[in-house]
Amino acid sequence: MESIISIKNLSKTYASGLHALKDVNLEIRRGEILALLGPNGAGKTTLISIICGIVNPGSGSVLVDGHDIITDYRAARSLIGLVPQELGIATFESVLATMAFSRGLFGKPHDADFIESVLHDLSLWDKRDEKIMTLSGGMKRRVLIAKALAHEPDILFLDEPTAGVDVELRHDMWEMVRRLRERGVTIILTTHYIEEAEEMADRIGIINRGELSLVEEKTALMNKLGKKQLTLTLQQPLEAIPAELASRPLELSEQGDVLVYTFDCHEEHTGIPDLLRDLNEHGIDFKDLNSSQSSLEDIFVSLVREQP
Amino acid sequence: MNLHAIRAIYLFEMARTWRTLMESIASPILTTALYFVVFGAAIGSRMGEIDGIEYAAFIIPGLLMLSLLGESISNAAFGIYFPKFSGTIYEVLSAPVSYIEVVIGYVGAAATKSLILGVLILLTARLFVDYQIEHPVWMVSFLILTAVTFSLFGFIIGLWADDFQKLQIIPMMVITPLTFLGGAFYSISMLPPFWQTVTLFNPVVYLISGFRWSFYGVSDVNVGISLVMILVFMALCLATVWWIFKTGYRLKN
Ligand SMILES: Nc1ncnc2c1ncn2[C@@H]1O[C@H](COP(=O)(O)OP(=O)(O)OP(=O)(O)O)[C@@H](O)[C@H]1O
Ligand SMILES: [Mg+2]
Repeated sequence: MESIISIKNLSKTYASGLHALKDVNLEIRRGEILALLGPNGAGKTTLISIICGIVNPGSGSVLVDGHDIITDYRAARSLIGLVPQELGIATFESVLATMAFSRGLFGKPHDADFIESVLHDLSLWDKRDEKIMTLSGGMKRRVLIAKALAHEPDILFLDEPTAGVDVELRHDMWEMVRRLRERGVTIILTTHYIEEAEEMADRIGIINRGELSLVEEKTALMNKLGKKQLTLTLQQPLEAIPAELASRPLELSEQGDVLVYTFDCHEEHTGIPDLLRDLNEHGIDFKDLNSSQSSLEDIFVSLVREQP
Repeated sequence: MNLHAIRAIYLFEMARTWRTLMESIASPILTTALYFVVFGAAIGSRMGEIDGIEYAAFIIPGLLMLSLLGESISNAAFGIYFPKFSGTIYEVLSAPVSYIEVVIGYVGAAATKSLILGVLILLTARLFVDYQIEHPVWMVSFLILTAVTFSLFGFIIGLWADDFQKLQIIPMMVITPLTFLGGAFYSISMLPPFWQTVTLFNPVVYLISGFRWSFYGVSDVNVGISLVMILVFMALCLATVWWIFKTGYRLKN
């Protein structure tokens, strides 16, 4: 698939000497939703800030739809809308005024109808004449999103859009992100809510200590790394796993009433029929059984932990 | 040229001006009126004429400059400092605008506000003294040049400042003394020869002198030199702003 943002060998060292990005290479595909995950201080915001022109890059290059972000910054930046992580808009002007400002700044003529439709989409129309500083945190977040959309960008960066946002607004945002994608907008979001990435993203990138350790299709990632577990609730508690079964990946709960069998869902033989037969032979009866797939969260935690 | 962006920044800043009109206009006007009462009416009546001009009228150009410099610097400095401080600067940095467009927007708005103020001070002065303006076109040109140049200077201070103290220290510690010692209240020919020479290193002398010439046709230094000095200072400020945006100094980490 064609890429809309192409990042090559991007590194960044802050004046403090901190190595915030280390040789990042990333192709972002046109029209996709890419979720960037990574612990605090991993470099997500730094990466986004460089692409958007807020932080000077160290070395390397970034092309946005073929336009270099330094030499051809006008063309590159016109395509991008940014919702920053920090709120920082406790200002005195009205929602409508700030929308007009954002649109003008990006070189678009005023368009009252378009601005109205964005404000309706984000349920902000009722607040259009209110001063931003008087709005609640969640409403301010909506205003930031509306500002980013004011110039009809092809690419939208959402840096932790749902931090500190209530459930309803979070679902509204997911809705909005889906609608934008249907219109062909490429979306890059960062989040600490893994279920959010699981819910939204087409691909997932994981950044840790300034390194992009992995970028994968979400489904492929979950399949590749996904372990399944079969949980058996026993009729009678066991004292220990019988010796003949000890070689299998089995775990007994502390009370001895639950057996957990872990298997890889990609192996041709899951070993479940054998296991069930063996259990039967040893007279171990179970009253309930269910299987579960490990979540993205488990995968994420194990990936971030793996690295020293 | 991203004209929409210039317009957006300019209108946004002007909206801030209208919102804070009372604070930003009332206090300089009140201050100037007080100067007129004290120096013009009370003390001025006991002073002789300077260069053939009544004292109260003589101080008008200097007083106007005093306010104009201070207000241009603080308006422009605050205009860019606040978004930097609150974080909203991210939007300007991420927008497809060149530094020239940003400067035209912010500095243009700050200079506009100073000019409005300048006109109001002139009108206020009218209530106290009857002055004449011999070279109105030059008077307006000096007014505009000074407002623009010192708004540029303020813009630089706003970019440079990383706390509120720094924002205020330059106007307080540098501009006010330079203006007082720059011949706002006296003609530099009244000073001993040594201090006359020292005074020539004060750039504000050239501003006030040129400005006073446009009112009364008399000046401490040649008007041409005044003009050149303002233009040189403006060029220095432009070069500094260009460098700041090029390197991202205090803007882009
Ligand atoms: N302006 C700056 N000057 C110096 N160091 C910085 C600056 N901004 C960020 N850093 C450092 O760079 C590293 C990466 O920060 P960044 O904000 O990109 O992380 P992040 O992945 O967005 O984290 P979070 O999830 O907490 O938002 C951190 O160690 C941070 O302290
Ligand atoms: Mg961040």
